[in-house]
Amino acid sequence: MSAVLQLKVVQEKSKYDFDAVVRRRGIELPPLAIDTLQVNITKLCNQVCRHCHVDASPSRTEKMSPEGIAQCLAILERHPQIAKLDITGGAPELHPEFDAFVERAVALGRHVMVRHNLTVQLDGNPQTKEAKEYLPQFFAKNRVEVVSSLPYYQEFFTDAQRGSGVFKKSMEAMKRLNDVGYGVEGSGLMLNLVYNPVGPYLPAPQAGLEADYKRELKAKFGLTFNSLYTITNMPINRFRLHLDKTGQYEGYMEKLLAAFNPAAAAGVMCRTLISVGHDGRIYDCDFNQMLEMDAIDRAGRPLTIFDFALERALARSIRFDAHCLGCTAGAGSSCGGATAA
Amino acid sequence: MSSYYESEDLKKFGDIGQHAKKLADDFFRYYGEVTGTDGALSKREKALIALAVSHAMKCPYCIDAYTTQCLETGSNPEQMMEAVHVAAVMQAGITLVHSVQMQNHLRKMVL
Repeated sequence: MSAVLQLKVVQEKSKYDFDAVVRRRGIELPPLAIDTLQVNITKLCNQVCRHCHVDASPSRTEKMSPEGIAQCLAILERHPQIAKLDITGGAPELHPEFDAFVERAVALGRHVMVRHNLTVQLDGNPQTKEAKEYLPQFFAKNRVEVVSSLPYYQEFFTDAQRGSGVFKKSMEAMKRLNDVGYGVEGSGLMLNLVYNPVGPYLPAPQAGLEADYKRELKAKFGLTFNSLYTITNMPINRFRLHLDKTGQYEGYMEKLLAAFNPAAAAGVMCRTLISVGHDGRIYDCDFNQMLEMDAIDRAGRPLTIFDFALERALARSIRFDAHCLGCTAGAGSSCGGATAA
Repeated sequence: MSSYYESEDLKKFGDIGQHAKKLADDFFRYYGEVTGTDGALSKREKALIALAVSHAMKCPYCIDAYTTQCLETGSNPEQMMEAVHVAAVMQAGITLVHSVQMQNHLRKMVL
């Protein structure tokens, strides 16, 4: 049995071997800098999205310890070149220390981004029932950049991916953000939306889709936002399971491979950020984190926040695998959207 | 028993170059230029036209391919269904407008 499994892994690696793809083209992708500390502080979420690479849900209990939060803040304090803190989850606002984490990072002068799923404002904490309606005011007070998933400007695609009723709640939550100035021209409060395809296909061009979102959301709901980020679905975890169950994995991987774009490869986000898991382990990105592919230094030792050294992290080789083809297909994909024109 | 229109066969489209490579190369260059680029029409508009034609010509390969292409160029299900309705009413209209021919002839045949 184990021999069969091993053979399957070897075959998959040879067919969708990202390292081989870039090597064939003479592309090298060393880390360039660490300007963003992306921290996944909890896998708890009020939603159960069908494509979620974190497998987040209302029943998850993993969360970063107070010591872990303190260590992330200490890293930011020691390294002013890490200018941005990107807090993600799950729904990161459900972590009991979320507010304090944001406030302390802001006090350190860092640009704080929160991956905010919108509906948590209305749903609150599914385990403690704690309300989260204060979030728009809290975000505004701390001038947090809000990045929110909205897979389409219509209900059909949005609810198909994120659950029944999510679109209507998202519109209400966006209104509350707009009401305190988010996404409103001249306010300086940034509200950026994230588009994901709702199935195994590549995102439409970012600029055109952003124009559609702006026109439709304004016309139908009176809502505004700043930028739209298009992100490709990664063939891992929950989305991978869907691909396997529907017999579409091979087709999707072939599509990603055929659409490999060297310009997108040059701009992959793992070259300028590190991702921290709830237990303090460090990864090259959030996707590697979910696959438990620890970032390792040149001596082969895993990196953690508890013995963090910037030079050691910068000298590492980024770990790639088949899923990385998702970040290099077409116009590219990152937590900040497309990476190539 | 094999069947027609295997979805896997779509990947073999390039094989039409067997025995007639130059003609296939010319076709694919033309095809790519027309459908794969933004011109006076956007790629999104072209994909919706192609989706409508796919239905009118009843090509399962093309329906699969252009459903995906419509999604990847930013169309939504409402727009895609409307495109299919355009194909449907064109076919119905073409059928019905031929009744003018029938009525012309009918007039000749009736005293």
